[in-house]
Amino acid sequence: MSVGTRKEHDSAHLHVTGAARYVDDIPCPANTLHLAFGLSSEAHAGITALDLEAVRAAPGVVAVLTAADMPFANNASPAPEPEPVLAEGVVHYVGQPIFLVAATSHLAARKAARLAKVDYEPRPAILTVEQALAAKSHFEGGPVIWGRGDVAAGFAQAVHRVEGSFDIGGQEHFYLEGQAALALPEDQGMVIRCSSQHPTEVQHKVADALGCAMHDVRVEMRRMGGGFGGKESQGNPLAIACAVAARATGRPCKMRYDRDDDMMITGKRHDFRVRYRIGADAEGRIVAAEFTHLVRCGWSPDLSLPVCDRAMLHADSAYDLPNIRIESHRLRTNSQSATAFRGFGGPQGMIATEVALDHLAHAMGRDPLELRQRNFYAERPGAACPRTPGDISGIWKAGETHYGQPVEDFILGGITEKLAQSADFAARRAKVAAWNDANATLKRGLSLTPVKFGISFTLTQLNQAGALVHVYSDGSIQLNHGGTEMGQGLHRKVCQVAASIFGVRDEEVRITATATDKVPNTSATAASSGADLNGMAVKAACETIKARLAAFMAESTGCAPGEVRFEAGEVRAGETALPFATVARQAHAARISLSSTGFYATPRISWDRIKGQGRPFFYFAYGAAVTEVVIDTLTGENRILRTDILHDAGKSLNPAIDIGQIEGGYIQGAGWLTTEELVWDAAGRLRTHAPSTYKIPACSDRPRIFNVALWDEPNREETIYRSKAVGEPPFMLAISAFLALEDACRACGPDWPALRAPATPEAVLDAVRRARGAA
Amino acid sequence: MSAPTQDPLTLSLSVNGETHEVRVPARKLLSDVLRDDIGLTGTHVGCEHGVCGACTILIDGRPARACLTFAVQMEGHEVTTIEAVGRPDTLSALQQALHEEHGLQCGFCTPGIVVTFEHYLRENTNPTAEDVRDVLSGNLCRCTGYQNIVVAVLKAAARMRGELA
Repeated sequence: MSVGTRKEHDSAHLHVTGAARYVDDIPCPANTLHLAFGLSSEAHAGITALDLEAVRAAPGVVAVLTAADMPFANNASPAPEPEPVLAEGVVHYVGQPIFLVAATSHLAARKAARLAKVDYEPRPAILTVEQALAAKSHFEGGPVIWGRGDVAAGFAQAVHRVEGSFDIGGQEHFYLEGQAALALPEDQGMVIRCSSQHPTEVQHKVADALGCAMHDVRVEMRRMGGGFGGKESQGNPLAIACAVAARATGRPCKMRYDRDDDMMITGKRHDFRVRYRIGADAEGRIVAAEFTHLVRCGWSPDLSLPVCDRAMLHADSAYDLPNIRIESHRLRTNSQSATAFRGFGGPQGMIATEVALDHLAHAMGRDPLELRQRNFYAERPGAACPRTPGDISGIWKAGETHYGQPVEDFILGGITEKLAQSADFAARRAKVAAWNDANATLKRGLSLTPVKFGISFTLTQLNQAGALVHVYSDGSIQLNHGGTEMGQGLHRKVCQVAASIFGVRDEEVRITATATDKVPNTSATAASSGADLNGMAVKAACETIKARLAAFMAESTGCAPGEVRFEAGEVRAGETALPFATVARQAHAARISLSSTGFYATPRISWDRIKGQGRPFFYFAYGAAVTEVVIDTLTGENRILRTDILHDAGKSLNPAIDIGQIEGGYIQGAGWLTTEELVWDAAGRLRTHAPSTYKIPACSDRPRIFNVALWDEPNREETIYRSKAVGEPPFMLAISAFLALEDACRACGPDWPALRAPATPEAVLDAVRRARGAA
Repeated sequence: MSAPTQDPLTLSLSVNGETHEVRVPARKLLSDVLRDDIGLTGTHVGCEHGVCGACTILIDGRPARACLTFAVQMEGHEVTTIEAVGRPDTLSALQQALHEEHGLQCGFCTPGIVVTFEHYLRENTNPTAEDVRDVLSGNLCRCTGYQNIVVAVLKAAARMRGELA
């Protein structure tokens, strides 16, 4: 069976030869126009005059469009509140598109876009958290507050208490392929080919912009050169611009952002400031925790509300906290509209709690790992761990999160024990301490942190998927599903599902581009749900066809349909064994349908986001990481020396792909927390808008020793072949790298170092000084 | 001093052993000419200023960034792109190893990495993991964490030395 085996990426042979086509590689008709946006230079201003004469007169320019030229909706928003594609008289951030240029070449469009004369009337810009709080600049009218228990009573019981404030930087996606879209007018409709995680939303937004129904717009998406959440909503403006310009000129239109434009225009991971207060009893059991999330959401809602929700939902990290209160301020600021990014707020929610826990351990003079283990949720029976808290009567009771979901599948006790052993944690803890005693300048740090990540979209209606499977009369299989391929290996996994059901080789199964006319009304490929949802939808479609074939074989052989087996490329019924292709041909001749749709809706979930109560997640994915680092206390320079990971992908659909996701996720997370620093100046201009100033991890930044293993236990929920989602959870394993750096800073002096993220050399130096007693 | 001419120039470029006549502006980048005028889209453009390495090509056999090179500079030189390395049904040892060892995810950076190491492995037949990591630091990959790329390059080197089937 193909499922569970190591198989290469479905386009690997095309990628290594450069033959895999991305949007910008598609040959265009000769009369194709190229588009560029003219961008705001101000963070917040009214536009008093817009002189586009020089733009229109520039070589190659065919059309220039402003908001007034948008024939129907001027709206790219994925949220209920509209978000104009082109500014409507007011600009809200530096980099906001004001007008659109269509020209005969990409370069001509970009050059012309710089020739506009724009008169601005500056308005007060809200750039920082403090400014936003002072101006009461909130989405949703004010903070959202969730929690459980009685925090005041909890703190009254506490023997140890700490409080602090922790700054967490944002993150640029830096998908290697920038945003791109192509619109081809066709009959009365429009065909869009774009780099998007959400073709259905592109279809919807383009239809609104053209004033037509969704059936007049076809969106096709073969592959992205990386997405990471950055192509969930941020591609909408390009597709809309191409469609509107194509309608206005009657010519195909293509748009791609150059890297600088991409970084200036598009949203990034939300930066957070988290104020925390946490208290424990004498044994180290946490009795109260309070978090205030201050989030710079940027100028429009985009996906900020669900992102901030997920941060709140992960404020428990992996711990059973009886009394907890989370207050979340979703602040409207004059910056790029922060958006989805791998983890979707979960990483920020979790790391703040992990930092607070380390702070508490520091104040108590206790080992952070021991404190973590003491506060874990009750372990699921069967994966028992001796240190798990629980009822001494031996009757197991699942812990419950602050949003009322029982944690029925908790396995972090076992994962932590096994990882601590395989990574030789206790002995290395002692070695690091000895090293730090012997070395004055270089200090080492070591940390083990857990991950518990909730799987499902928190907006329940998104947890559905469709598929379309055809078996052709030669036995070859073609399938489509609603998921998009961005490198994560989704198509390969889904292909393995189909091949396993029909008992054929993967080579018999072809997955074509995601297209809105094949599978309608899809959800974004996001929330790590791609394989969970689409795998199940494809399974349903394949099972339907398989049942028809089994009934046909049963009839011709006299077997019961239940005895017909599909394996090794054959259909076997009693003594009869026919090649799958023969059965397909015979079934077709017998007028049996060889095509089916499939559908899946995630069971067991319900969620009331106003109350903050329910079961938003089908299950949790788990993992843990140990990271060892070294810092130079004179320069702040730092290195990750070794990383050991044990991660839960359930019964893995494809261990090679899953391990790739884990390694890549960890490194991307480590980049977020170490070298990737976004800097805006006092005028609200992003100063780090290229890889020359914004540093994502290079090969030299990865740990020299990097051990990754799978916790190979089936999901207790009925997911596709009992696997677990693996896209986002490993990202948060990198919290161990940050806390190892903080541990190294703690080795420099007695005080709490209050390291901020990202832990750049400057941040490490500041933390070292604080550890040594500087205020 | 007169302004530089905006008129297209006619160039004769030798790419992958074939001669191409193109009419392009003097300031048109080699990456754009390869992609737009010659149709070789395997050379990807990731950052447009020479940092990410996705557009790596060979000029007279040496690695270079196509996004930092004007096409007009290439007259009299031989340009080699990913398309000359191997096709999907005739992979080079390096391509085969990247394929087998999962040394890619989204694949956008892959052609630049292949071109970089096709050259490197010709001159360095027995690199250590440390050597490979050092060379690979000139190419950015946002997906893989680099681990499997290093493994694949070492495997390809071993195969090219005849030590591995």
